Amino acid sequence: MNYQWDWGAVRESLPYLLDGFGITLLATVLGTLVAAVLGLVVAVLGRVPSRLVTVPVRALTEFVRSTPLLVQLVGAYAIFNSIEPLTIGIAVLGIHYASYMSEVYRAGIDAVPKGQWEACRALSMSPRRTWQAVILPQAVRNVLPALGNYGIAMFKETPFLAVITVVEMVAQAREYGANHFVYAETFTLAGLIFLAASYPTSLLMRRLERRLGH
Amino acid sequence: MGDFFSYFFDHISQVWSGLRVTVEATVLGAAVALALSFVFGFMAFSGPLPVRGLSRVIVEFFRGTSLYVQLFWLYYAFPLLFGYELSPLFCGVLAFGMNYGAYGSEVVRGALNAVPRAQWEAAVALNMTPLQRMRRVILPQAWVQMIPPFTNLLIQLLKATPLLWLITAAELTTVVQHFRDRTGETTWAYLTLLVMYFVLAYALTLMMNALERHAKIRLGRHPGGGGLLHSRGADAPRRSETAGGAL
Repeated sequence: MNYQWDWGAVRESLPYLLDGFGITLLATVLGTLVAAVLGLVVAVLGRVPSRLVTVPVRALTEFVRSTPLLVQLVGAYAIFNSIEPLTIGIAVLGIHYASYMSEVYRAGIDAVPKGQWEACRALSMSPRRTWQAVILPQAVRNVLPALGNYGIAMFKETPFLAVITVVEMVAQAREYGANHFVYAETFTLAGLIFLAASYPTSLLMRRLERRLGH
Repeated sequence: MGDFFSYFFDHISQVWSGLRVTVEATVLGAAVALALSFVFGFMAFSGPLPVRGLSRVIVEFFRGTSLYVQLFWLYYAFPLLFGYELSPLFCGVLAFGMNYGAYGSEVVRGALNAVPRAQWEAAVALNMTPLQRMRRVILPQAWVQMIPPFTNLLIQLLKATPLLWLITAAELTTVVQHFRDRTGETTWAYLTLLVMYFVLAYALTLMMNALERHAKIRLGRHPGGGGLLHSRGADAPRRSETAGGAL
């Protein structure tokens, strides 16, 4: 316990960490977008009345969902070595979280009352219009907080991108820590930045959840 | 393809030892997480205000600071601060235990809240002591509610174990990546690795489903259909946060 905590290192490493934080945020926002869109597509495909579609889609999502993100990232990086690491990172994060989000959408779609489907039928709406105008607006509205929570979870998993050479916040913390031998300060700071960003967002999601009447 | 698999089976003993480390980290991490879930869950559920506040702060802290950062902190920063080095596996077990314990405590709290009020009142009316009430009436019912979200957390924990590779523990991912370097068969190596994790996750799911059936039968409830093809439900992240909400 004779370690001298170095406040100077905290101050000096902060700009580097915030630099990396930009990349962290970028990856989170784009990754969440990919996941939200892809997840919706998967959820709707799961409703197609043909087992030729639903069975492979379900098997694939189950596989992606049950295997480690880190291995998927490293594997994709090694196989597609001509693509930029950040792009691979965003794509893999998006695909991984799409497998979670598709389940959330599915629950949301299942929760739309049967009468809504029947009403569409009675009004002889096309399937496309049924989904677009009636089912999805209700389903998506109900699951927004759950999607947001996955966004937060993804945010906390973005440090994995450091493994495929994307220089995000934790990579910066590690590099600065290694150069000046101040790991304790930089990693603590990185953790606190994560907390400072994710906690208020999760409170926001909880409020949204209450507002939507869960 | 042939190269990789012949190398794989020639060095199967390394695979077993890597698999052992992965399973060890998962099981020990889950044990720590389970214990912490109950400690913090009970604190948040029934303690006096300062105790509840304390558990809230601890839980939010471990959920809010990324697992990855916690693990690196334990491995790189802890020895600097305290002059004491932790083994990689120990770091992993501790970090997994604390992180997933924090998530699990919300599951415990939610499940305790979800046991109907009347059950508590009936136990009081029967003059049971608080310990009897908890052990014989409340917990068995809450436990059934906890198992599905615990299953999801357990799978998440398993999927976090490759992180140990980054702090030099020789677990499954480390071993297979080594094989890949030796054979140059990138696609087959990673595909094999993913399939191995999938099989592990599936085995854990089946075990937890059996546990759930057993817990339900003990309550005299119908164990429900499903069987082998019954997979995990939607993860419904952190929904248990809304106190009292059915899971």
